[in-house]
Amino acid sequence: MSKAGLDQDVFIELRQVHKTLGWQHILRGVDLKVMRGETLVIIGPSGEGKTVMMKHVIGLMRADSGEVIVDGVHMEKMREREMRPIRAKVSMMFQNAALFDAMTVEENVAFPLVESGIRDRKEIRDRVQEALEVVDLAEHGKKLPVNLSGGMRKRAGIARAIVTRSQCILYDEPTASLDPMVSDVIDQMILRMQKRYHITSLVVTHDMKSMFKIANRIAMLKDGVIRFLGTPDELRASSDPLVHDFIEGRSGVTA
Amino acid sequence: MELLRLPGRLFLDFLHYLGQLAALVGDLGYSARQGILRLKMVAHQIVAIGYGSQTVVVVTGAFTGAVFTFQTYTKFKEFGVESSVGAIVAIALCRELGPVLAGLMVAGRVGAAMAADIGTMKVTEQIDALRVMGVDPVGYLVMPRFIAMMISMPLLIAESITFGLLASYAVTVYGYQVPPPWFMTHMVEHTNMTDLAVGMIKGFVFGIIITLVSCHQGLMAKDGAVGVGIGTTRAVVIASLALLVSNFFLSILLNYFFPMGATS
Repeated sequence: MSKAGLDQDVFIELRQVHKTLGWQHILRGVDLKVMRGETLVIIGPSGEGKTVMMKHVIGLMRADSGEVIVDGVHMEKMREREMRPIRAKVSMMFQNAALFDAMTVEENVAFPLVESGIRDRKEIRDRVQEALEVVDLAEHGKKLPVNLSGGMRKRAGIARAIVTRSQCILYDEPTASLDPMVSDVIDQMILRMQKRYHITSLVVTHDMKSMFKIANRIAMLKDGVIRFLGTPDELRASSDPLVHDFIEGRSGVTA
Repeated sequence: MELLRLPGRLFLDFLHYLGQLAALVGDLGYSARQGILRLKMVAHQIVAIGYGSQTVVVVTGAFTGAVFTFQTYTKFKEFGVESSVGAIVAIALCRELGPVLAGLMVAGRVGAAMAADIGTMKVTEQIDALRVMGVDPVGYLVMPRFIAMMISMPLLIAESITFGLLASYAVTVYGYQVPPPWFMTHMVEHTNMTDLAVGMIKGFVFGIIITLVSCHQGLMAKDGAVGVGIGTTRAVVIASLALLVSNFFLSILLNYFFPMGATS
């Protein structure tokens, strides 16, 4: 499948989304469309609101103004209680994994399955095992999150996000703090999920290598708006010096 | 000018706080209507709250009963009515000292634990993770604690009162050599089940107050570990003060329905 040749119907759409947190005007009119089945990577300097933007998609934050539409449903008009059907279609992997401290890794991964009403223990066990194998954690299922390294916690968070086989997965820095080999495993997993299950992925990352590997399109968030939106090839060919400096990692500071 | 605005601002903050508590009660009501009863979690909380508070409640009840008996006996002896000590101690323990002191101790122990547990989950995005998975955090975290407190608190208060009375008996009978029938007769004559009921009803209400205040502080926690610490301190302070203030009004109300000295 060519990276550009995907279904063209929109799964996520943000229209003129504004968000102020405290005295900071974080999002200043974000317009973005994520197509069904594509992997869209969001890049941008730290503190620019990439995670904030992602949290609007799943209803964890509400826009001050603008529209957030997920699978045709306007999120900004919904009450928290009404979001359950949308949240069954979209899952999220948090930056710090957000695993439940009191549960083992297996219990953490099984949690969304149990809460979605699955009672067949064998099915739960099989799906948990499968998800843990994908992230190479099958032997650590009985451990508590406190006994895992940062990278392992992150992978457990990914396993919990993929176990429900949602239509869309939001990844908040999935490869940060992982070694290059494990990063590649995660990248391959995202590609495989797209290829096999046609899953829509929205990925926030600072890992440029990973970005070029998995992205169908890339959006750069700067000063509260989408500064660049295009394919990896278009990104490389961009004439915007800020975009170039960002992907090359040039700060302009000299020793 | 700023000084003039201060009372108004404090009053508005107070109303805002009451509004948030009312919203939490509304969410609990919604959660109850969903009919999802997490029995395992309720049982776990009963063990944590009820069983875990045994030492605190027993020691509080016993030593309150003992010291109140010691102080009362000395003065009552001067008036020659030392045989009434059992009755006075029993009424005081059942209606006021038992529920209030045990309630304050539970507010410190359990309230702090609730605020810290939920607050930590809030600042580490575990509550956001629950929401993303379509799980109502109030139904999952607050409801089991709420039910467990409503079951545990009246029993803990009754236990505290029982140990207070046993300690009072021990001090009077073994410490001051008062014949047991004197102590027992006066106590049984002047107290009845309604006095115990008052204490247990107060415990039930205190349990609701402690849970609402503490869970609300946990759910509102922000700014990392420092925020959790602030929320935990606030939970204990607000729950303790709310408990003392509500006790006054509860006493008036309950005295109307269960007058002191009424026979059952």
